[in-house]
Amino acid sequence: MDGVSKTYGSRSVLDGVSTVIAPGETVALIGPSGGGKSTLLRCITGLARFDAGQITVGSHRIEARGPASQYDGVRRMFGMIFQDFQLFPHFTALENVIEAPVRVRGQPAAEARERGLRLLERVGLAERANYYPRELSGGQKQRVAIARALAMEPRGLLCDEITSALDPELKAEVLDVLTDLKQEGLTLIVVTHEIHFARRAADRILLLADGRIAEEGPPETVLGSPTSDRARKFLRTVMA
Amino acid sequence: MIGAAMILGLAGGAFAQEPPLKWGADAEGGAPYIFLDPQDPSRLIGFEVDLAAALAERIGQPIVHHQYNYDGLISGLNRGDIDLAMNGLEITPDRAKHVRFSRPYYVYTLQLVARADETRFRSVEELIEQRLSVGTLTETAASRFLERSGLEPSLYDGQAEPYQDLALGRLDAVLMDLPIAVSYARPNPRLKFIGEPFEQGFYAIALRTSDEALAKRVDAGLESLLATGDLQRIYEKWGIWNADQTLLTEPNAAAALLAGETDGFSIRNVLWSLVQASVVTIEISVCSMALAMLLGLMVAVARLYGPRPLQWLALLWVEFFRGIPVLLLLYVLYYGWPQVLESLGMSLMFAPSRMGAAILGFGLNYSAYEAEIYRAGIQAVPQGQWEAAASLGMSPQLTFRRVILPQAMRVILPPVTNDFVALFKDTSVASAIAVVELTKQYQILAKSSQRYMEIGLATTILYLVMSVPLGYLARRLEQRWGKPQ
Repeated sequence: MDGVSKTYGSRSVLDGVSTVIAPGETVALIGPSGGGKSTLLRCITGLARFDAGQITVGSHRIEARGPASQYDGVRRMFGMIFQDFQLFPHFTALENVIEAPVRVRGQPAAEARERGLRLLERVGLAERANYYPRELSGGQKQRVAIARALAMEPRGLLCDEITSALDPELKAEVLDVLTDLKQEGLTLIVVTHEIHFARRAADRILLLADGRIAEEGPPETVLGSPTSDRARKFLRTVMA
Repeated sequence: MIGAAMILGLAGGAFAQEPPLKWGADAEGGAPYIFLDPQDPSRLIGFEVDLAAALAERIGQPIVHHQYNYDGLISGLNRGDIDLAMNGLEITPDRAKHVRFSRPYYVYTLQLVARADETRFRSVEELIEQRLSVGTLTETAASRFLERSGLEPSLYDGQAEPYQDLALGRLDAVLMDLPIAVSYARPNPRLKFIGEPFEQGFYAIALRTSDEALAKRVDAGLESLLATGDLQRIYEKWGIWNADQTLLTEPNAAAALLAGETDGFSIRNVLWSLVQASVVTIEISVCSMALAMLLGLMVAVARLYGPRPLQWLALLWVEFFRGIPVLLLLYVLYYGWPQVLESLGMSLMFAPSRMGAAILGFGLNYSAYEAEIYRAGIQAVPQGQWEAAASLGMSPQLTFRRVILPQAMRVILPPVTNDFVALFKDTSVASAIAVVELTKQYQILAKSSQRYMEIGLATTILYLVMSVPLGYLARRLEQRWGKPQ
């Protein structure tokens, strides 16, 4: 990421964000609301456009204000998980998982079902395969969403506050799945308010405030001895 | 409104204190009986207008025209809205049960008319033999004659339209009362009279059975007009005097004719006719709803995702077809469109049939409503669904088809089903272009038998049999899909 900037009207949401994320790294994006965390994530995958700078994902280069097609490659490399799940409500859990492999990649249905069941098993939901989203709890829905993203065999996941809508005990089951995925070598970029999860699972923390990276480094450094005033102020409120 | 009362005959002073008589007649397209003067549309003219004026003078009481729908004349008379009905009403046994007919004032006959280049038949018998298509007016002597002959005539409400369809090749022949043929077909060089007029019958003035005194005065007035030759002068002026009129002087001619005809009412025939008409109603509803749903989806998608000019076009479509009455649309499609084709020198192959025009008309009209329902339904699907699908690499087209539309359907289907029920009932408007669907069939049957209540009940049941299951389906769909996530 090099100098990524975005404004809404006169308000600057991202102001020259630059960083490098290595393959297999787990990065936690933390910071105050409105600090630009989610926007940065959405800029990577094209759900939001940025006005200046550029992002390089593997061999794919994304220019500011570039065409929609430049995101195709990135979307193959990164799956996205949303705060409010966004499962397809008219499909069962399994159908949610196999929709894209069958329709986008042309995978034969039987093969896709077999793989889909394995993925659901991996997130602990094999016996919920034929349930509709409305019949699942929040944590189960989010795990189906993760399985759905994994079905496209991405190299990493972009997670946008994926536990914010969940009760504490349900949060744990989702975060456990993420920890497993980290072990398997997926690159994870996680926007989160779970400071404990960030401390435990992240290789690196980026603290975003007012559209800039206020603090960046290993969890113990960023959380333990922040250098900037902005970071200290934020951490005081969340750790209190 | 034509209903602006017109005082005929001598002005005020001549008629002492007698209140004017209310004469009910339909001035809409009724040449040569009673119609608007093309030179001065604020004036009514016609042989019945002249006759009313002459009669008012003879009975010494003014006669004032009240605009009244032809179909409703007899019930209007018995309700007291009007005092007498004179509008080419034929004496029939069914009608004679409900009103007191005056002595006849005209002997009508039926005249067959075909296109000028017609060579397939030279008489009504040959026409019947070949079972060619014939148009005529609803509930007239001509329609009864054709039905007795085993034909299924196309039934119209207006007098001009059958001849228009004949000239356009949609009909092979038209059979109507001679005065109508004289007014509408004779001036048209593309049409010709076939054979001599036949099937004599009588026009008479209908009065309430309780108004015997008035009826006697009217009889006397007509007799005097006949005796002095005034009646003949009026008919000659309108070109409808002929030798048949000598029958008017034979006092018992009408009674003899009445005795010869029998009451053809049979409950089984009535039910069978209604069921057949229901099939027409179902055909129109199902086909036009399918068309409306298809067009509506295209318009909604154009409105939501099309380039700017297409969005404007879609908006224009919705406003246009939602903003005009479907009756107007049917008329333009069925009668106007062939005229345009003709003036462009194009084949009439592209002119819609009656059913075609009805299906197209309702389809276009309802496509505007369906488009708006679809648009609301599609917009009700959260934006996040698009984002989730895009993140999985799904194209916008694939997302719309697999993710958005199926979810929109749950919002869309209940109101669409409601529209379908509404359309079922709206199809009765198609009778304007001579489609005999359920309501039209009811009118025909009820009018001829004067059994408005019993046949109305049977018709109501048929409508409910069709619409209640649809309403049930709509509720089921709503229950199944209307649940929040």
